[in-house]
Amino acid sequence: GRRLGEREALVINDPDFQHEDLNFLSRSQRYEQAIRKSSLMVMKLREHGIADPDEIYWFKSFVHRGRPEPLDLHLGMFLPTLLTQATPEQQDRFFMPAWNLEIIGTYAQTEMGHGTHLRGLETTATYDPATQEFILNSPTVTSIKWWPGGLGKTSNHAIVLAQLYTQGQCKGLHAFIVPIRQLGTHEPLPGITVGDIGPKFGYDEMDNGYLKMDNFRIPRENMLMKYAQVEPDGTYVKPLNDKLTYGTMVFIRSIIVGDSARSLSRACTIAIRYSAVRHQSELKAGEPEPQILDYQTQQYKLFPLLATAYAFHFVGAYIKDTYRRISGDIIEGDLSELPELHALTAGLKAFTSWTANAGIEECRMACGGHGYSRCSGLPDIYVTFTPSCTYEGENTVMMLQTARFLVKSYTQVSSGQRVTGMVSYLNDLSRQRIQPQHVAARPVTVRINDPISLVEAYKARAARLVEAAAKNLQAELNHRKSKEDAWNRTSVDLVRASEAHCHYVIVKLFTAKLSEISNAAVRAVMTELCLLYALYGISKNTGDFLQAGILTDTQVNQVNQHVKELLAIIRPNAVALVDSFDFHDVHLGSVLGRYDGNVYENMFEWAKKSPLNKTEVHESFHKHLKPMQAKL
Amino acid sequence: LGSPLKTPGVNPDLASERLTASFSVEKLTARLDGGAEHTRMRRAIVEAIESDPAFSRENQYFQSQNERYEAAVRRAVHLQKKMREMGWTENGPEIKYIYRWLSGDIAFLLHRVFMRSISVLGSDKQVAKWIPLATEHQIIGSYAQTELGHGTYLQGLETTAVFDIATQEFLLNTPKISAMKWWPGDMGRSATHTVVFAQLYVHGKCYGVHPFIVQIRSLQDHSPRPGVTVGDIGPKMNFEHTDNGYLMLQNVRVPRENMLSRFCEVQPDGTYVRWGSQKINYFTMTTVRISILSDEVILPLMKACTIAIRYSAVRRQSKLKPGEQEAKILDYQTQQQKLLPQLAAAYAFHFINIYLHELFDRGYQEIQGRNFDSLPELHAFSSGFKAMVTQYCTSGVEICLRACGGHGYSLLSGLPSLYTRVLASCIYEGENTVLFLQTARFLIKCFMAASAGQPIPPSVTYLSSAKPGKCPAKDKLDFLSPDVYLKFFQFSRLLSSSAAKLQHLIQSGAEKHEAWNQCTVQLVKAAQAHCHYITVKIFVETVEKLDNKAGIQKVMKHLCDLFALHGIFSNAGDFLYDGYLSGAQMDLVTASYLDLLAVIRMDAVPLVDAFDFTDKSLNSALGSYDGQVYQRLYEWAQKSPTNQQVSPAYGKYLKPLLQNRLSKL
Repeated sequence: GRRLGEREALVINDPDFQHEDLNFLSRSQRYEQAIRKSSLMVMKLREHGIADPDEIYWFKSFVHRGRPEPLDLHLGMFLPTLLTQATPEQQDRFFMPAWNLEIIGTYAQTEMGHGTHLRGLETTATYDPATQEFILNSPTVTSIKWWPGGLGKTSNHAIVLAQLYTQGQCKGLHAFIVPIRQLGTHEPLPGITVGDIGPKFGYDEMDNGYLKMDNFRIPRENMLMKYAQVEPDGTYVKPLNDKLTYGTMVFIRSIIVGDSARSLSRACTIAIRYSAVRHQSELKAGEPEPQILDYQTQQYKLFPLLATAYAFHFVGAYIKDTYRRISGDIIEGDLSELPELHALTAGLKAFTSWTANAGIEECRMACGGHGYSRCSGLPDIYVTFTPSCTYEGENTVMMLQTARFLVKSYTQVSSGQRVTGMVSYLNDLSRQRIQPQHVAARPVTVRINDPISLVEAYKARAARLVEAAAKNLQAELNHRKSKEDAWNRTSVDLVRASEAHCHYVIVKLFTAKLSEISNAAVRAVMTELCLLYALYGISKNTGDFLQAGILTDTQVNQVNQHVKELLAIIRPNAVALVDSFDFHDVHLGSVLGRYDGNVYENMFEWAKKSPLNKTEVHESFHKHLKPMQAKL
Repeated sequence: LGSPLKTPGVNPDLASERLTASFSVEKLTARLDGGAEHTRMRRAIVEAIESDPAFSRENQYFQSQNERYEAAVRRAVHLQKKMREMGWTENGPEIKYIYRWLSGDIAFLLHRVFMRSISVLGSDKQVAKWIPLATEHQIIGSYAQTELGHGTYLQGLETTAVFDIATQEFLLNTPKISAMKWWPGDMGRSATHTVVFAQLYVHGKCYGVHPFIVQIRSLQDHSPRPGVTVGDIGPKMNFEHTDNGYLMLQNVRVPRENMLSRFCEVQPDGTYVRWGSQKINYFTMTTVRISILSDEVILPLMKACTIAIRYSAVRRQSKLKPGEQEAKILDYQTQQQKLLPQLAAAYAFHFINIYLHELFDRGYQEIQGRNFDSLPELHAFSSGFKAMVTQYCTSGVEICLRACGGHGYSLLSGLPSLYTRVLASCIYEGENTVLFLQTARFLIKCFMAASAGQPIPPSVTYLSSAKPGKCPAKDKLDFLSPDVYLKFFQFSRLLSSSAAKLQHLIQSGAEKHEAWNQCTVQLVKAAQAHCHYITVKIFVETVEKLDNKAGIQKVMKHLCDLFALHGIFSNAGDFLYDGYLSGAQMDLVTASYLDLLAVIRMDAVPLVDAFDFTDKSLNSALGSYDGQVYQRLYEWAQKSPTNQQVSPAYGKYLKPLLQNRLSKL
């Protein structure tokens, strides 16, 4: 609300946080600016006494304008991991120094050879009872820690995930606090090789790093031992419950779903405002050039994405709320709702990040040549966002996790049990079994102007694809194959089933949101967006709906027609709908997307600051061109 | 390249892939090059360039925009020297291999466009005056067409050139900010001259857009000429080495002779005369769209496939069977479904590109003989295929990038720069949506003509064939028959229903332009479907003509089937509609498609090896021939400036933060 807006203005206008346009800075300079701002930010957070995690999140996002920064992992992973996994004694030793930034930490999990598949990590921590120490090693090139943010240049400690060996046995992955740089000189400690992994597509201000450890010893007390423990003699004590880590994952995925919504909203804001400013060609001979937003093809590119941005916004809020609601239960030890939420968020993380990733690129393409310039801000939004398809769980793997839950629920239903929650539509399948028909043959009367009816259509599609995948899987199993092989041979079907399930959930949540909107005008425009989202999804996947007999040919025609009518209906509200996202110009970082629409003159002003324009005659004229012309 | 077994240091995971090839890689390479003698020549040229350290691109991922620009200029200057040394010439057969290897990372590419435009649009006298100067690099040229406010829609350009009879000069002006020239390459820092496209005014009458040669910088000290404001447009998604520029002209005068006048001229008294046919000129411009496809669009997809598929054979992740070694990610069906359709598309586009070049060569001969009949068809071809191939290749490269997980995101993978380069091709030489609609306009015209019983060009005769009834296929193997799947793509419903809707709208009183705008979403789809059909058809015909020996025809048939079935699988709705295909048949298509993935999987690495890219031209830590991915990534990262130079950040910010906390916190 307003308070947030005021805070944002306060931060954005703070002279301490000013700097040159990042597009003109080298990677080293961008890292330096980010570190400078982070240092000041920490001081100011303390000055203002800001300690609430949400408030820290917003403050940080204003300071860094939504961009990554080198202390992200310290604030987002190192400190929280200490809070949740350290014993009281460890918290005494590490938490306050880390809170005071005497210790700057990162979270070193991913290795060169393994990412999402955690069990494959190769770093070892071998317990030596003689000295009561763990010996950490990176036994292969592939075991080198690779990618952790803030590791390359910034951190002096890392929480390292390693395979624990004690009494000659491997006990699986555990977390260890490892000092990596000398306090005071910041030089790497003996036995530690650490550095930056080099330039990336984006994340220029982040020093993603590598870490190689050779017989590096840490005291036994540096293993995070709130749950699992190694006793002085090397005896291993198992943790009580391993589902607890689900909670953190659900939380992080809810953030990514929110990021998908925000990043897509930013891209839509830029592309829609620019399309209202850009005039091109003629619709009618002799008339002035129309705004490109008046072309049907342009509307068809942008408005479904606008609807998607709103849909994802509601989904992100839903996951966050659900997580908040059940996190009390989790603390009480009631984990019954966690598995479904965990499975659902895996798929939604993948679905929303894939869609937003493609959507940002469509917005950029819709801005033509100028979208390709960094002044548009769109290249930057894309390169910053696209890694979320990979981190915190590679998307295809995430989809297959959701599929595993769907197949499990289907199997339960087949054996006569009832399932609850978002998958309860599978219960209908058992009723279906009495009749010889295919589930899909169940007639769904779809009214294409009614969101509630469209939810039913999406539900039927999901049911059909889940059933098809489960049956194909069973057929593979009947034929020959090991469980894993059969699973692999069905995985394309399984991903499709997960996608259909997620799509259904999103349409359902968007539709449910409509009745909560009290302002009639807002509800009307949201209903239009919701319809557009649902109908556009059908028109892009007509095969599924036709094949399952959910829609007839005539209805498909009506759907396509209605999508185009909705484009025209939404057109007058398009700019207002992106203005509602309320991005500050500084945060948007785009010349094309400026609130005032003064695009061309500001592109010229921006270009004049380009590094190539620092001197009127570039030095390479004297170095290369002139000598060449002289010689020829 | 030799036998993989004899190549020491090759990762066994990659070596084993090469042992099972079902065809001769060397023979396929020769086929792709158009004959073994071409392969030999290409390799000799690549060898000559790669052995010259001046052409090394190893550091490019670490360089700033300024450094990239300087390196590109240095390379361009060095190339002149190298060509003299080697006896290579601009018109020789070597030139395409040279530029292909350089993959555009060199200055003065627009200088070449400058020269070409003078050759095409200039009078003999103008050619005689300017071409020798440009060839000798006494002047450096650019080509200034696009403006801040207008790109693809050329009639909208706003720069003006007003003829002044008194001085026999043209007065060039940038009347408003949106008229500023924006984007031309080589113009920001390098060019001394440029061809400026401006609205010609004589005696207050506008004659439309014409080209003028304008000197923009001093030949002495390179400073901008009076009245000229020129500079670099700032950082972009890629092309850091190119100084794309802006240009503002204030009362800049050029002599009457500087208007390029092969086709029209302003005479001393101000009389505007037009002669000859513009059609040849028009044809030349059209061919540019086809000429970019090979090196700028299809090659990046081939490189991306090479990198992603080799890496997927080396990367092991998770287990398929308990107790076994972790599986290569290439063995996962989901990974195959991402990569192998892209590989099939790379081959499909290679063949369509050859076809288009043959078509345009024939067209050129006809036009030389003053026969302009095929011009509309060729124009529709160039627009549609430029749009389809660039769009498909762009999305294909991005799929490859994301299929490489986190490491694909590192610049050292080579994939981000391939992606950011190829995606620019969706916009330059005509924005894709606009181009699809040009093709659609041609198709609609042909469709109407066919309905009225008039003759139509050969590429579209299928439009008049009878509507197919039901698909006869009963077994999943039936879908591996080109006769069966070609019928799917010959599918003109999108076009016929667009035509019907257009007519309906017009009959119910809509103005023509409004009716057209109402149908554009569907018309774009219709144009895409047409290009898709031609691509499948040409792939089928190419496979039929291939040599049966060395296993090449068989593996190409698999790729052709995959390309076709992937198209059906991805557009299922279009084929289910009307009941041409039943739901059960669609399940068979899917099954057949998934089976093919497993078959092609066995040849995946040899199929990318056949593209025959050297490691240096791939410039990728993930895609090298030997598959030593992790070692290379580690060693290369250590060379990053962030590890070589001391960052001032620690001393300036981190140290005080770490140590002065007590006083400040």
